[in-house]
Amino acid sequence: MADALPRPAPEPVSPRHSLRAAWAVAALAFVILWQWGEPVADWAFDYPRGWEIPVKRWIGDFMKWLLEEASFGLFSFTDLTRFIADVIDVPYRIALSLLSTGFLRGQGSDAVQVVPPLPWLAVIGIVGLLGHAAGGLRLAMITAGCFLFLAVFGQWENAMVTLASILIAVPIGVMGGLLLGILGHRWRWFEAAITPLLDLMQTIPIFAYLVPILFLFGFSPTAAVIATIIYALPPMTRVSMLALRSVPSEVRDLGRMIGCTRRQMTWRVLVPSAKPDLMVGVNQVIMLSLNMVIIASMIGAGGLGYEVLAALRRLDIGTGLEAGFAIVALAIALDRLSQAAAARKPVHAEPGAARQPLWARHPYSAASLVLIAVTAPLALVVGWIESYPAALQISTGSFWAETMKWINVNFFDQLEAIKNALLLNVLIPVKRFLLGLPWPGVVGLLGLLGYTLGGRRLALTVAVLAFLIAATGQWEKAMITVYLCGISVMFAALIGIPLGILAAERERAGRVIQVVIDTLQTLPSFVYLMPAVMLFRVGDFTAMLAVIAYAVAPAVRYTAHGLARVDPQLVEAGTVAGCTPWQLLTKIKLKLALPEIMLGLNQTIMLALSMLVITALVGTRDLGQEVYIALTKADTGRGITAGLAVAFIAIIADRLISAGAARTRARLGLQR
Amino acid sequence: MTKITPPTGRALIGAALALGVGIAALPAAAEVESRDPIKLTLHDWTGQLITTQIMGEVLKKAGYNIDYVQADYIAQFAGLKTGDLHVAMEMWETTGRDAMDEATATGKVENLGETGMQAIEEWWYPLYMKEKCPGLPDWKALLEKDCAEAFATAETSPNGRYLGGPVTWGGFDDERAEALDLPFEVVHAGTDAALFAELESAYQREAPILLWVYAPHWAPAKFEGEWVEFPPYTAECYNDPSWGSNPDMAYDCAKPRGPIWKVAWAGLKDKWPGAHAAITAFTVNNDEMGAMITAVDLDGRPIDEVVAEWMAANEDRWSAWIQ
Repeated sequence: MADALPRPAPEPVSPRHSLRAAWAVAALAFVILWQWGEPVADWAFDYPRGWEIPVKRWIGDFMKWLLEEASFGLFSFTDLTRFIADVIDVPYRIALSLLSTGFLRGQGSDAVQVVPPLPWLAVIGIVGLLGHAAGGLRLAMITAGCFLFLAVFGQWENAMVTLASILIAVPIGVMGGLLLGILGHRWRWFEAAITPLLDLMQTIPIFAYLVPILFLFGFSPTAAVIATIIYALPPMTRVSMLALRSVPSEVRDLGRMIGCTRRQMTWRVLVPSAKPDLMVGVNQVIMLSLNMVIIASMIGAGGLGYEVLAALRRLDIGTGLEAGFAIVALAIALDRLSQAAAARKPVHAEPGAARQPLWARHPYSAASLVLIAVTAPLALVVGWIESYPAALQISTGSFWAETMKWINVNFFDQLEAIKNALLLNVLIPVKRFLLGLPWPGVVGLLGLLGYTLGGRRLALTVAVLAFLIAATGQWEKAMITVYLCGISVMFAALIGIPLGILAAERERAGRVIQVVIDTLQTLPSFVYLMPAVMLFRVGDFTAMLAVIAYAVAPAVRYTAHGLARVDPQLVEAGTVAGCTPWQLLTKIKLKLALPEIMLGLNQTIMLALSMLVITALVGTRDLGQEVYIALTKADTGRGITAGLAVAFIAIIADRLISAGAARTRARLGLQR
Repeated sequence: MTKITPPTGRALIGAALALGVGIAALPAAAEVESRDPIKLTLHDWTGQLITTQIMGEVLKKAGYNIDYVQADYIAQFAGLKTGDLHVAMEMWETTGRDAMDEATATGKVENLGETGMQAIEEWWYPLYMKEKCPGLPDWKALLEKDCAEAFATAETSPNGRYLGGPVTWGGFDDERAEALDLPFEVVHAGTDAALFAELESAYQREAPILLWVYAPHWAPAKFEGEWVEFPPYTAECYNDPSWGSNPDMAYDCAKPRGPIWKVAWAGLKDKWPGAHAAITAFTVNNDEMGAMITAVDLDGRPIDEVVAEWMAANEDRWSAWIQ
């Protein structure tokens, strides 16, 4: 995203010392306003209600118009959205029938099963074959093992429902994201136009637009699939633009020399050479889609997400964890498959291959068909082929509940002491400090920071967005949001960047860390949120833990990725020059990986903000809560306004960091 | 069209069984107005699943085609308004009232009356707290300094800590604490699950806790405890500040015991008049529902088994609904 910005303005016009003077004056003015301003300028501390812009009402009215009146002449806007839903519904139904319900005739309780779903043995076999095709025996074991886990822990039915929606959402998300990325790569203006949109898609909490989505796309699992795509697509687009731009110019030149058309250049040259980078995006789409499973289940997607929610409502921690880990197992299988598929070398047909029979040319497809042909009829008579025998299912039963109880009874006081120390010494002072700041001062300082880092345009963007948050009457909640996310991101970076370095430097540790962060990112936060509440009570501390756990992943991932891509020749040169390993790391690798690390930090902020709604579930009083309240009151205007405020915070942070990164890079002579 | 419901866990077993029963019952079923499936929404708490499945089973006996659809408690109104969904069996007075009123005001959603269950929502404490605060359950005991301190935590001390429901539930607890001059700080849990996670945690350690508990729910059955007895609720107490012990503030009394409502898509009445009548007639009471929730959540019995038992034991009642 660092590159997603228009190039920063060349050196700001004013010489450096006058900028420094501006900072001194601004800081002084700020301190005076902050310390002594309250009696004279009350409005600077509490935005007057009378000055508020009635955005909530405007958005509410607009939504109403969109739903009830908007029309293209022949058909209305809702007809169009319903049509889109129906189109997506077709492949979804097929996937669901195949995996879970079987093909049915009739509806509801009248329905009669015509063709049963695939037997579990066949599904595991096919997944194993896919693994073998993509990555050999080892991968086959992993994927089949993950799916076996689902069956053994009695999560098969739910997992297949979830898998059906993921199988639809991920390809649409990846292709859509890639196409937008290519367009953005081709035309600068397009990139400039969609970047804010991507930020909005990723940062407006999904609860904010859940109600309108349900109205527009109908109350069905398809609406959940659409919500998932909206949420999971942006990283793919971002990564695509970055990846396409990093294709070495030699490769481009080659393409030009051999006379590629524009289309060939994109699909035959750029996309294949950017494939390793693009796979980071695919990975993110899969992970984010699985992350939406819980929220998707709230609007009718069912599956594992529903199981998690229902289990935790009866405080059945064991079942919640099992269902949660089933989501993780799905994620690992899908992620490893996609990674391996991308890394596979293209196989060129041997001469004479065309003369071979069809099954020999497509051995895996043939084997899958044989598997289905054998198991499906057998499943009709042999019960254990059709579905995993209930008698052999394992459950952790009350183990987790007992463990929690043991920790709770024995360690609560120590944990409480740690929590109180952090709360009293870090969290509460930061919160008080931020809440006490006058909004015009903050807006001004942000503007000045924007000017220093990126020139006039950035200053204006940042200041206007910050002002709009105040002008819609959300300053206080926004500050609580900044405090909660800021502290969480700080901790996430402190934990994540060193872990990323470790992962890049030590292969074995890297593998373990990869599994841990994949787990953290896909394990629904609800699963660990409720045990956290048992140990730390409701409130900001618990919320912070949840945000850190979720948002640490990109900090690790991008750091490791950035370090891994550092040009080995430069490292070699450093070694020859006699650098110690420490110097190699700090003076060469980290510096060169800085743009990637910044991108990771940016994603960390985005993810932290996207966790806001979840924090509302443990009783925080931030914008997330505002969105959550709006959802429960079905108040679209209020929800989207609060959602926009969240997005503005994200955009401000993103633009400032990006501009700062660009400056750093320019200073290091790293400008691409 | 294929079947909508994504079956999950226990619901799956229930649905599968129900499917079997439904098909078996088809030939005997009476003629109904439309064979399109009536979609009943399922939420994520056991009591609602039981209520909905009882209704579903009864409608099936009348020959209707039933589909269960998972939907969020509040978000479902979007579907109820458009007719994507048809019936929601539990809409609680306190937690769902705003959304329900908003929806019925559009004319697209109809309130089908009370389920017969009364939601009890009040301040609740585990029985072991009576030793530290012997005056309970009378609310005046909470006014005493020692008693409030017994409920305190590091952040609220010397005031007591009261864990209220999510802000979205309303309930006027902040106002109540102020009006009754209770030395308590009101902390809001974000969700139902968080509320009971704290209760479970405190109960395991026999630690002090005072929180919002509601019934019908498994918690009052699992944990021994009592509701605080505030001055009984009257409408005047909420509307008229001069009522009650505090002459300047309202809410100086207990919470109302609100009914749990049934709501439906407004088109239900025209498309399936018989089903409309049956759903309107549906009633169960707190005691039988409490017993069923306990059987499922604490004894671990499958929902469909518990529902089938109820159906067998109450044939007179439900056959009257579908007359």
